[in-house]
Amino acid sequence: MTIERVLLDYGSGGQASHRLVNELFLKHLGNAVLSVLDDAARLDIAGPLAMSTDSFVVDPIFFPGGDIGALAVHGTVNDVAMLGARPRYLTCGFILEEGLPIEDLEKIVASMGAAAAEAGVLIVAGDTKVVPRGMADKIFINTTGIGEIFASPAPSGHRAAPGDAVLISGTLGDHGLAILSTRQGLSFDAPVASDCASLNHLIVKVIEAAGDVHVLRDPTRGGLATTLNEIAGQSGVGVFIEESLIPVKPAVAAGCSFLGLDPLYLANEGKFICILPEANAQAALAVMRADPLGADAVRIGVVRAEHPGKVVMTTPLGGQRLMGMLEGEQLPRIC
Amino acid sequence: MTPFDSFKNPDLCRALLGKLEAALDKPMRFMEVCGTHTVAIFHSGLHSLLPSQLVHLTGPGCPVCVTHESEVAAFIELAGKDGVIVATFGDLMKVPGPGGANLKKAQAEGARVEVVYSPFDALALARDNPASKVVFLGVGFETTAPAVAATVKIAREQKLDNFLLLSFHKLVPPALRALLADPFMSIEAFLLPGHVSAIIGLAAYKFIEDYHVPAVIAGFEPVDILTSLLLMVEQRKKGEAKVVNGYPRVVPDAGNPKALATMYEVFKTSDALWRGIGAIPDSGLVLADAYAQCDAFKVLDITLKESKPLPGCRCGDVLKGILKPNECPLYKKVCTPANPVGPCMVSTEGSCAAYYKYQL
Repeated sequence: MTIERVLLDYGSGGQASHRLVNELFLKHLGNAVLSVLDDAARLDIAGPLAMSTDSFVVDPIFFPGGDIGALAVHGTVNDVAMLGARPRYLTCGFILEEGLPIEDLEKIVASMGAAAAEAGVLIVAGDTKVVPRGMADKIFINTTGIGEIFASPAPSGHRAAPGDAVLISGTLGDHGLAILSTRQGLSFDAPVASDCASLNHLIVKVIEAAGDVHVLRDPTRGGLATTLNEIAGQSGVGVFIEESLIPVKPAVAAGCSFLGLDPLYLANEGKFICILPEANAQAALAVMRADPLGADAVRIGVVRAEHPGKVVMTTPLGGQRLMGMLEGEQLPRIC
Repeated sequence: MTPFDSFKNPDLCRALLGKLEAALDKPMRFMEVCGTHTVAIFHSGLHSLLPSQLVHLTGPGCPVCVTHESEVAAFIELAGKDGVIVATFGDLMKVPGPGGANLKKAQAEGARVEVVYSPFDALALARDNPASKVVFLGVGFETTAPAVAATVKIAREQKLDNFLLLSFHKLVPPALRALLADPFMSIEAFLLPGHVSAIIGLAAYKFIEDYHVPAVIAGFEPVDILTSLLLMVEQRKKGEAKVVNGYPRVVPDAGNPKALATMYEVFKTSDALWRGIGAIPDSGLVLADAYAQCDAFKVLDITLKESKPLPGCRCGDVLKGILKPNECPLYKKVCTPANPVGPCMVSTEGSCAAYYKYQL
């Protein structure tokens, strides 16, 4: 691209838009489906299908360990994968603020391309709008994903059953704290990077090794605490976890203690909760630990019939307390 | 493993709990007066582990919770004024005022309310908005008052005439005196707040000894809390009632004279209204005459009006330790964090919110 900043013309649908599509978007995202440039993408896909959509407004748009583009791919790929599905196709909608440096846009789109290639998904449709300066903050991205469900029965938040083991694929709070450490006004320097990553390949391996997996969920906004509460509520069971078993990086723990935050409520973008029959737990853990994305995987608790709809935490001292849901957002705009 | 981990050591805690159990020959009602203690006791699981004879009461230790109805009404009214930007800590946003009003709703209706993480952020806001009056809501105890005092001094040095303070700061010792003087009170010991004590020191509490109630300053890790509880229980066993520093690694007996000097340069004491307790003599901090030009009360002509208590709300009885949060008829039925009737359910350090969040 010869210009340096996004102009209003670039969302007009006219020649300027075409240049943006051809010289920037197709360069990084192009594939046999997208490059046809018809009004809609033609897909070959077989049901049952999993579909999910998410909008990304993270601030800042570049952060340690990732950027809004990679996050927009990982986030939707992971949501689709959590249904025991192989994500196949993504669409993406961009809302750009007039004046966004083209260099930044190109970095973000290139990062989306790389993330999609790594996850093995094709970006097959897209849209770009440009709004006047001040009407949006730099760049917002929506992605919608679709995938083929291969697990039978498919994992669901409704399927946690008494006797199941609760596993987590790695350390918690990395993404939330990485974002926070870069926020203006919080002069806080933590050696922490976002964990954002696509989990779909690992999910396939886990389901192949462990057989029937009852629940898969990625604890994004609201963190582990909120997601476990959702599962407890959906399944009508009590989720009992041991605080001392929950993996948190020392730097994240230190940062949270300094800022008065609880890492169990911070967002994660490359972790998943896996709830499955106790007999299959070791097989799932072995597969997770053999993969870099699940190296710190551990069993953190168990599902019981008591206290339905609640998450009960046993503290390191041996006391018990509830681990409730957040009432509001701990921090706005973390994804 | 950090040096602080030893203050969470489960084995040490179990040993201390055993000693505590052994030292209790009859029930003892102790009150903590610090929101951080409330949360620490629940979050660590200690609440479920304390000997049943040791009854944990949560007193007026959460600054948001003790802010009086008429003070809440005043800052919500202030937020609606033209040309005013209210700067506040996030905890005050959902505190209910008359008719269910709160700052969050005022903001949605167009009031400019900015959540800040430090009083210094309010200074930056004043610098960036020279045409507006930026009013910082000063709610807090001796822990935060010195930092707010320093902010007021900087505002004056930098001639930021549009920075104003609405001070509802309160002092802990006069509230303890009011509780002890109340004939209906049944508090047998105080767990004193570590952070406040780091500022005011030991001497400020000496009057408690006149009431024959043991009082021990405590830190916030489980070992700190249990150690101080043990010091408290052992005093009673020996028939003693002294003010003791159980948190010497952070609290100097003399407190922090420099912080106190800044606080009393900028503020002077005055009578103040406490929710559920009422007026307590010399328990508040208002700006000293030399800083009158920063005083939002004077500059914007704000007066506290008579305000009716929230209907049905028994936060006052909870704050005095007369009622436990789960004994309030509204608890969990009408009053929840999503729809709080009183401030004890709003603040993250409020006793009702802690019960709601942590109690099985």
